[in-house]
Amino acid sequence: MSETATMDRSARIPEPAGSGSTLSHVMRSEWTKLFSVRSTGWTLLALVAATVGLGILASWGTNHSWNHMSASDRASFDATGTSLSGLALGQLAIAVLGVLIVSSEYSTGGIRTTFTTVPNRMRLLAGKTIVFTAVALVAGWIASFAAFFAGQPWFSERGIGASLSDPGVLRGVIGGGLYLGASGLFGLAMGLLLRRTAGAITVAIAALLVLPGLTNLLPGAWGNAVVRYFLSNAGQQIAFVHQSGNHLTPWVGFGVYCLWFAIPLVVGAWLMHHRDA
Amino acid sequence: MIEVRGLTKRFGDTLAVDDLTFSVPPGVVTGFLGPNGAGKSTTMRMILGLDRPTKGTALINGRPYRHAAQPMREVGALLDAKDVHGGRSARKHLLALAQSNGIPSRRVDEVLTLVGLESVAKRRIKGFSLGMSQRLGIAATMLGDPQVLLFDEPVNGLDPEGILWIRNFMRSLAAEGRTVFVSSHLMSEMSLTADHLVVIGRGRLIADVSTKDFIAGGSTNHVRVRTPHEDRLIAALGERGITTTRVGTYLELRGITCDDVGELAAARQITIHELFQERASLEEAFMELTRDSVEYQAPGVQA
Repeated sequence: MSETATMDRSARIPEPAGSGSTLSHVMRSEWTKLFSVRSTGWTLLALVAATVGLGILASWGTNHSWNHMSASDRASFDATGTSLSGLALGQLAIAVLGVLIVSSEYSTGGIRTTFTTVPNRMRLLAGKTIVFTAVALVAGWIASFAAFFAGQPWFSERGIGASLSDPGVLRGVIGGGLYLGASGLFGLAMGLLLRRTAGAITVAIAALLVLPGLTNLLPGAWGNAVVRYFLSNAGQQIAFVHQSGNHLTPWVGFGVYCLWFAIPLVVGAWLMHHRDA
Repeated sequence: MIEVRGLTKRFGDTLAVDDLTFSVPPGVVTGFLGPNGAGKSTTMRMILGLDRPTKGTALINGRPYRHAAQPMREVGALLDAKDVHGGRSARKHLLALAQSNGIPSRRVDEVLTLVGLESVAKRRIKGFSLGMSQRLGIAATMLGDPQVLLFDEPVNGLDPEGILWIRNFMRSLAAEGRTVFVSSHLMSEMSLTADHLVVIGRGRLIADVSTKDFIAGGSTNHVRVRTPHEDRLIAALGERGITTTRVGTYLELRGITCDDVGELAAARQITIHELFQERASLEEAFMELTRDSVEYQAPGVQA
C-alpha cells in the first residue's frame, strides 16, 4: 500500500449532501448491519428448519399413534397446534438472533463506533428494534405457515386435519409467527440487559424452553397461576385452536407474553441510555 | 472547537479524570499527552458522550455531542481501530455507518480510496492487520467530512510508513482548518505532529502550551561547547558565575546563551571548535513534568 503513503488530495470530496441522522437513516443502517454478517442467514434458516422439521415430526408421530390415543386425547387434538409444535425450537433460533444483534455490538466493541456515529442511543435502539421486529415477524410467518402446510397432509387420511378456513386456524398460524417475533424481542431484551452473548443466550433458553416446563411441578392454585402466566405457557396459546382448561385465551395469553419482553426491553433501554459504553 | 470544563470522572474510589479544563481550537493539531493510565481515553470518551462525566461538561461546537443533529458531519472519531464487527466486510461496515447519517454510498468508495483500502473493500475485517484496521477507522472518520476529529493513540502498533502517513494526514486536516485532537503517550511522536499540547497526568491538567514553549520550557536547556582551551574557558566563565560540567568531549553550560559564550571566547581569544544550544527533547520535558504524577500513579487506573 506504499503508493498511498501520501494522501491523494483530489480524493477530498465536496460535502456529502443531506447528512443527518433520522430514524429512517438508522433503520437503513441497521438493515445493512443485520444482513452483512453470516450469523443472520444461518439463524433465520435454523428458525424455519427447526419450526418446520419439528412440526412434521410431531404431525407424523401423532398420526402414527392415533389408534392408541384415548378418546379424551382425541377430543382435545389440535391439528393446528400440533403442526406448530416446532415453535418450541424455532423460538430459540430467533431469540438467539435477537440477543446477537445487541450483544455482538458490545462484545466486539462495535457499540462504541455505533454510538459515536449515532449518539442518540434511543433513536439507535428504536431503529434496531423496528428492523429486527419486521425481519423476525416475516421469518416467523414463513416458518409458521410452512410448518402448518407441511404438517396437515399427515392428518388428511384420517380427516382430522385443519384448514385455514376453519374457525381459529388462521389466527393460530398467524399467531405462530407473532409468537416467534415476540420471542425474538425477548432475546433482544436479554441482550440489552446482559450485553454478553453467552449469558444472554443461556438466560433466554432457560426462560423460553426449560423453566416453562418446570412450572408444572409447582403445587396448588398459585402453582397453576404461575403455569398460566409464565412466558411461553401464556404466549403459545395464540398458536393453539383449542385451549385446555388451565390456560389463558389466545390473545390474553399473547398479551401477557408481550409484557414478558416489553418490561425487560424498557429496563434495557433505560440501561443503554445511562450506562457507559 | 472542543471545550472541556471541570470534567471529572470517578470509577469507584479512583479519580480517573480530575477537574480538567481546556479547549481544542480549530486549525492546529492539538496533542493530548500523558502517561498510560493518565485518563486520556476516558476524557475522549466523555467528549464523545460514550461515558457520562461525574462532574463538568464537554462540548463540541458548543453543545454536548449526544445532542448533535448531524453527528458524522460534525465529528469523526477513532478511539480503537478494533471496535468493529469483524464478520462484516470493510465496505459493508462503512456503508452501514454512512447510511446511519444519510451519507450517500458513493462516499464509501471515496473514503476507501482515500485510505488506500479499495482493493480489500470486500474482505472481512477480521483478517485485517492493525495498520489496515487503522486505515479503515480513519476512513470511517472521514465519511461525513467532519470539522472536528479525535484520534486516540492512532500510531500505536504501526510501522514507520503508516506512522508517517497518519502524521501527514493529521497535519493536512488541521491545515484545512479542522479541529484535530490526537492523544498519545509517545512524546517524540507528538513533537513532530502537534502544534499545541494538553498534558495530563493522573487525570489532572499539567500543561496547556504550544509544543515549542513546552520544549523550551524544559529545565534542561543548556549550551554545549567544544574547545582545545578548556581550562581558560572554564576560568573565564567562572568569573561570570557560570558553572560548567564536562560531558564527553563537551563542556555543558547553564544560564548563558550561545551568543554570550561566543563573545566571551572572542574577547579572550579562545578558539572554539563547536558551540550549540542543546534543547531538551519533548520526551525529557515530558518526563520532567509528569514525574510526580507517574510516581504516585494509582494501580489499575483505566487508560
